[in-house]
Amino acid sequence: MIRSDTSPLRQRFRRTPSLLTGFLLLLALTAAAADAPEQSPGHGPAEPQAEAADQPSVDTLIRELPAGNFNDRRRVAEALAEAGDPRVPEILAALADGRLLATGDDPPRIVIRDADDREAGTDAISGETVAAEVVADARRVPVHNPLRNALRSLEAVASVADARPERRIRSLSRLIRDGVDDDLVPFLEERLETEDDPQARDLLKTLLAVTYLETGDEDARLEAVATLRESLLPEARRAVAAAAAEDPDERVREAAMEAVEHAESRIRFFRFTEDLFFGLSAGSVLLLAAIGLAITFGVMGVINMAHGELIMIGAYTTWFIQTLIPGALSTSILLAIPAAFVVAGLVGIAMERGVIQFLYGRPLETLLATFGISLILQQAVRTLFSPLNRPVSSPEWLSGSLNINPVLSLTWSRIYIFVFAIMVFVALILVMKKTSLGLKVRAVAQNRPMARALGVRTGWVDALTFGLGAGLAGVAGVALSQLTNVGPNMGQAYIIDSFMVVVFGGVGNLWGTFVGAMGLGVMTKFIEPHVGAVLAKIIVLIFIILFIQKRPRGLFPKKGRAAEN
Amino acid sequence: MLTRRLLTSDWGGTFVLGLLVAMLIAVPIANLVVPPDSPYYLSSYWVALLGKFLTFALLALAIDLIWGYAGILSLGHGAFFGLGGYAMGMYLTRQIGDQGVYGHPVLPDFMVFLSYEELPWFWLGFDMFWFALLMAMLVPGLLALVFGWLAFRSRVSGVYFAIITQALVFALMLAFFRNEMGFGGNNGLTDFKDILGFPVQARETRVALFLASGIAVILGYLACRYIVTSRFGRVLIAVRDAEDRTRFSGYRVDHYKLWVFVFSAVLAGIAGALYVPQVGIINPGEFSPIRSIEAVLWVAVGGRGSLFGAIVGAFAVNGAKTWFTVAYPMFWLFALGALFVLVTLFLPRGIVGLFRRRREGES
Repeated sequence: MIRSDTSPLRQRFRRTPSLLTGFLLLLALTAAAADAPEQSPGHGPAEPQAEAADQPSVDTLIRELPAGNFNDRRRVAEALAEAGDPRVPEILAALADGRLLATGDDPPRIVIRDADDREAGTDAISGETVAAEVVADARRVPVHNPLRNALRSLEAVASVADARPERRIRSLSRLIRDGVDDDLVPFLEERLETEDDPQARDLLKTLLAVTYLETGDEDARLEAVATLRESLLPEARRAVAAAAAEDPDERVREAAMEAVEHAESRIRFFRFTEDLFFGLSAGSVLLLAAIGLAITFGVMGVINMAHGELIMIGAYTTWFIQTLIPGALSTSILLAIPAAFVVAGLVGIAMERGVIQFLYGRPLETLLATFGISLILQQAVRTLFSPLNRPVSSPEWLSGSLNINPVLSLTWSRIYIFVFAIMVFVALILVMKKTSLGLKVRAVAQNRPMARALGVRTGWVDALTFGLGAGLAGVAGVALSQLTNVGPNMGQAYIIDSFMVVVFGGVGNLWGTFVGAMGLGVMTKFIEPHVGAVLAKIIVLIFIILFIQKRPRGLFPKKGRAAEN
Repeated sequence: MLTRRLLTSDWGGTFVLGLLVAMLIAVPIANLVVPPDSPYYLSSYWVALLGKFLTFALLALAIDLIWGYAGILSLGHGAFFGLGGYAMGMYLTRQIGDQGVYGHPVLPDFMVFLSYEELPWFWLGFDMFWFALLMAMLVPGLLALVFGWLAFRSRVSGVYFAIITQALVFALMLAFFRNEMGFGGNNGLTDFKDILGFPVQARETRVALFLASGIAVILGYLACRYIVTSRFGRVLIAVRDAEDRTRFSGYRVDHYKLWVFVFSAVLAGIAGALYVPQVGIINPGEFSPIRSIEAVLWVAVGGRGSLFGAIVGAFAVNGAKTWFTVAYPMFWLFALGALFVLVTLFLPRGIVGLFRRRREGES
């Protein structure tokens, strides 16, 4: 409803409303008043009647569509496009697609036929579903190709004036992609004055600058280049590149060339940032997967081949809690974190007390025994639940991505997992450094007989330490359930990577695990674009094999007495 | 003289060898001579199955030689087994010739499918049996030489060695899954027709392969036995029990370890080469880390450090697996897992340890 009373077209098509439209109008009015808070002052008195005088014109305009010839139809469409009514874009799109139908009544009923279902339709004015026989009887409002083309851009224009900012942004992006006619420039300039959404405003400026760059005079072109200098949209960059190559004015060409270089260096920077982010994100997944192993293998020296299955138990706990409380995804995820810690931790304590405690000092035997346990756990899950993957859903806030600019967008799930991995790591460091359990764990790892002599119950400490490592694996499972399939085999995917991280970082050193995970993640993601994912992984594995030759104790080896065993 | 050295005070070994020889005589007769309706008849399925077990026994021998005597735990012996298998698979693939689906005289089907123009260089020569057999030993041997040289020189041992051998076999699996490698990718090599001019599926060929595998196991056993009873073998045992002390006594520990590792890899390669024609397929699954760990379990179950225990273990575990997967498919992994746990907890010297302990108790 922008400047409707200044549009001569609008005036011409204004009709007295019938009783029915009067009723519909009341309905529409309440809706329109609700989502049109930006009504410009001076537009008219705020009394319902004044707005009412405005509203029916859109409805009548819609009813006018079938009448007259193609040119009349085009004029009506133009008027509709500038009316700013939320229903208009869909009507124009339907008209262009040949899905807009009109009944033979007077006034005709305008029906939008469903795109997928030829028999279903909705009333263009009220939005109600229309009976199938009405759809079948109604006739198509005819269009021809010139009109269809005009309608496409009119549809975008109509959305530019939409009351909802996200619609405006979408249609502006589309207009930038498709390009606009010169005669729309005044309308767009008008919009720029009233546009208050910052993103839409930027897009509008870009759109205008791209248009100026093609049609404006020298000063306008120069200014347009300056406006587009900071834009990373592909269309804007293409327009500037074209100006750099073939603009008749030298000043414009030079400015454009400089702008192209500027944009390219920024893009390189953002691509690098993106690779780095992917690398850190892959690294945080590795960190989560390996952090429990850094305790069980790194601190305790147990080659825990069932580590992957403890991750799997955490993931299954997530799934189980989700099925218990179906509606509340966020709550279930947050509940799953402590639950997975407890469940996997208890399984870990049972493993330690049942098997591993008899095998200390025989690392290769623990390897075989824990591998046996991993097979049992896998098969238990297969038998209890199913050999198939379980569906785990993600809450709303984990999907989608953070669009920083057209070349750089970061997925929310990866950002959250990165933050989560850091939080888990910090929590673990605090437990190890600040709590009495951490103190005892370190004491037992350094000198078991001495710790025992000083009254530390080493058996309990062993069990709790192993439980802590197992619990961390479970917590990792919660996070990984959001990224990959949850199935009986999921643990196997992480076991080798986890061992690589711990060995690469240096056994017994938590910071080593952190640096190792992030380093390997970043390395993989920087190799990946050049050789592909599988080969990148192979290269990283070979790198680790060679690295171990060079530094058999990893990046940060343990020093002093603790290193001797 | 040599026989005496190899077999005296090795009652278990002599017993197992005797069983093997008996099997090598009995199985061909039961398959080829005995009429099919007799209760003593053995179908070709069983011949192939036992032949497969024999190749597993050879692989187990190779692992026991380094694990039981030199203290090197390799969790990546499937790499050598698989490479030997691929060498043989490549020979068998080239023997298909124009009998393939696309009927190309030189290129295997998958290469025609992936629109190769000509045979990649590393496929040249594999139309000759001797060359393939040589490669089945040479390639694993060379890989073991390079890998072992790097690892033992920088004194990577114990757990670390186990983990990087896992990385090795994992990297090989990823690599062979790639179609670009030119080894048939995911599907591997299969659909073999002839070996040395004889049809692979024929009864007689199966018996011949079974015999070849059996003889390979016997020769492999005697060779390993020769090594461990030699001076070289005594140094190996010293390395296993006290590596630093052996080094301080002036032995080049890394050389000893390297040569026994290479020999073990060659044995594993031969086992792989014998395995492939009997099962009729080789694919990257052979390189999966689990398979290599499973092979270590055969040795652990049979009894580490006795050589014949490895043969017993390979037959026992794979026999149980065959029976379980038919009778109770759901429980095989439970049983295998429990086997791992129970053997490490209660049978540190495996099945043969049970008998040994009793004999020692008597004496």
